[in-house]
Amino acid sequence: MQNSLKKYFPIFAFPTLLAFTIGFFIPFLMGIYLSFCKFTTVTDAKFVGIENYLKISADQTFFHALWYTAAFTIMSVILINVLAFAVAMLLTKGIKGTNVFRTVFFMPNLIGGIVLGYVWQLLLNGILAKFQKTLTYSSTYGFWGLVILICWQQIGYMMIIYISGIQNIPGELIEAAKIDGAKSSQILWNVTIPMVMPSITICTFLTLTNSFKLFDQNLALTNGEPSSMSELLALNIYNTFYGRTGYEGVGQAKAVVFFILVALIAVVQTKLTRTKEVQQ
Amino acid sequence: MKKRWVSVLLAAAIAVTAAAGCGRKKDLENADNNNATNEENTEQNGTDNVTENETDENQTANTEGTVYYLSFKPEQAEQWKELAEEYTNETGVQVTVETAASGTYESTLKSEMAKEQAPTLFQVNGPAGLASWKDYCYDLKDSALYKNLKSDEFALINDDGEVQGVAYVIETYGLIYNNAILSKYFAMDGAKVKDISEINSFAKLKEVADDMQARKEELGIQGVFASAGMDSSSDWRFKTHLANLPIYFEYQNDKIETTEAIKGTYLDAYKNIWDLYLADSTVEPSMLSSMTGEDAAAEFSMGEAVFYQNGTWAYNDIIGNDVAEEDLGIMPIYIGVGDEANQGLCTGSENYWCVNKKASQEDIDATLDFVEWVITSDKGREFFRDEMGFVTPFKTFTDEYQPKNPLIVAANEYLESGKKAIPWAFSTIPSEGWKNGVGSALLEYAQGTGDWEAVKKAFVDGWASEYKAVNE
Repeated sequence: MQNSLKKYFPIFAFPTLLAFTIGFFIPFLMGIYLSFCKFTTVTDAKFVGIENYLKISADQTFFHALWYTAAFTIMSVILINVLAFAVAMLLTKGIKGTNVFRTVFFMPNLIGGIVLGYVWQLLLNGILAKFQKTLTYSSTYGFWGLVILICWQQIGYMMIIYISGIQNIPGELIEAAKIDGAKSSQILWNVTIPMVMPSITICTFLTLTNSFKLFDQNLALTNGEPSSMSELLALNIYNTFYGRTGYEGVGQAKAVVFFILVALIAVVQTKLTRTKEVQQ
Repeated sequence: MKKRWVSVLLAAAIAVTAAAGCGRKKDLENADNNNATNEENTEQNGTDNVTENETDENQTANTEGTVYYLSFKPEQAEQWKELAEEYTNETGVQVTVETAASGTYESTLKSEMAKEQAPTLFQVNGPAGLASWKDYCYDLKDSALYKNLKSDEFALINDDGEVQGVAYVIETYGLIYNNAILSKYFAMDGAKVKDISEINSFAKLKEVADDMQARKEELGIQGVFASAGMDSSSDWRFKTHLANLPIYFEYQNDKIETTEAIKGTYLDAYKNIWDLYLADSTVEPSMLSSMTGEDAAAEFSMGEAVFYQNGTWAYNDIIGNDVAEEDLGIMPIYIGVGDEANQGLCTGSENYWCVNKKASQEDIDATLDFVEWVITSDKGREFFRDEMGFVTPFKTFTDEYQPKNPLIVAANEYLESGKKAIPWAFSTIPSEGWKNGVGSALLEYAQGTGDWEAVKKAFVDGWASEYKAVNE
């Protein structure tokens, strides 16, 4: 077995490795290199050192986008996970039509971000029009619009993960807790939640990184209006890249900073929730 | 054991050929798309593929050269392909036309230029856009394209005298009006003016607009001015086109053509016209942030608004509903500055052709031949007139090649009557960032969430900082 694994490894892994190298590894390295360059097209770059990184520090919109994104991420991670878990709890109780509900909740996740952003823009603007306001009136409206949108999209997906986690809890554990006289809130806090910790790790990881990297929905819903005040980081990077001649490198440098941030947060978060997981 | 190796080798061989097969097929498909959009034209495709394969095998350089035009105008994507096909049929030179989706030209161009088969013909939007692409622009000084220009003001010429870009379309904007509603107003008791020609200054325009707004129920309109939407499909009408007026008048006053630091001498006038657009509008200012260009065009074409600030290109969007063709007119945007009696419309170009210097000489020659054909042949000129409705700055376009669009006719009448056309000074705006800053400040001022000081700051300080950012 070991032998044949070794032998066939290149044949099976090579295509994937090749695709990974072409599609991810090379562009990634090129991207890092380009962040130290001034360029118009990616094949025609001039090395300028850390100049691009210095320009970031002078860019107010970047720091605004950073805290706006942070606030958005915290809000959406909490809301999505709490609501998804609640829905998952409800839909594992064996009520009538469970499958229908699960499907319905999952559906929004199948719609692309741009379409979703556009549809919600129409919906929310339709409601706000009653008050003679629009979504881009101020960044607060945009913020809550985005939170609502991302919750609507992601809750269903996280729900599925939680449902499988909850269903994997051995029935005898709950039963034993009941026999010992635990109240349902005690069962929730002391049995269910510790037992679905692996799901929580996955879901917080997914929601955290998804919210931090959110782009399509932001673009379609508010496009950063007003005055780039509802701009999340990814959109800020995009706008830096295309908004001003000679700032392609700065956009690239921001993207590298962005990558480091996302990677850092994701690693810390996984470490933290991992320690809370229990062995069955 | 040996047998297994054989099967592994076989499997690998199949995989490789399969992959190669796919690749080949893709190439052919591409070639098909390039050669002719018209799929019925199978004969054409067949022969072309054969010649291509032959050149592949011989490894000879393609002495004929090919043309790849990355077009800016999505509304004419199909027409350009047809024209390219026409040219290929006539001369045998392969012309590929790709069109960037609306609003993505710069990003598409950036990625296309990085490819081996880069566009040989592309567009910049004026001096500011040229800044990113100046190293890619072939000197057009000796080309027929440049020689046929009516005047140097339609070319982008750098300090060394190199012709880097040539405008191929001239456009005009102003205040488009609906004469039917205006006539109704002129016939009313106590109308402030009795004829459109009397509206020849900002003061008159404001007087009339305010009065019409007060009587909007009687006139059956929602508002005098179509909504000044600040959605990205419409905000350029104000942050760029309307801003052109204070910029131009300042340049004129200071006798300069561009500047690294604008003073904002005429910002008060800018505020006046913006206030007028907001006050006598079809919608509440708090709704503006999501009003689109289509909204404004629809309001105008349904007869809900009387004035609509836009240009000759808007013709197709506003015709075909309530507004009759003979009722369409266009007048200058008066802001209360300069010699208003002789003020004309804003005329200029934002579409310059550039030829890619980094392409092979054969391709450059083929491209120059192609554009020459476009502006000199009957087919090319008819195409500009009928399919695209363009006014061009080329000598070859004699009177019979002028489009029949009533807005263009009206614009030409203005020029002939001796009114002074206002050039597009906005092409000297340092960056998109400046426009966005001013646009956002205008919107916040309109909504009441910001004040006019913020507009001033974005206009004046923003100019200096953007200029510095772009030119350092």
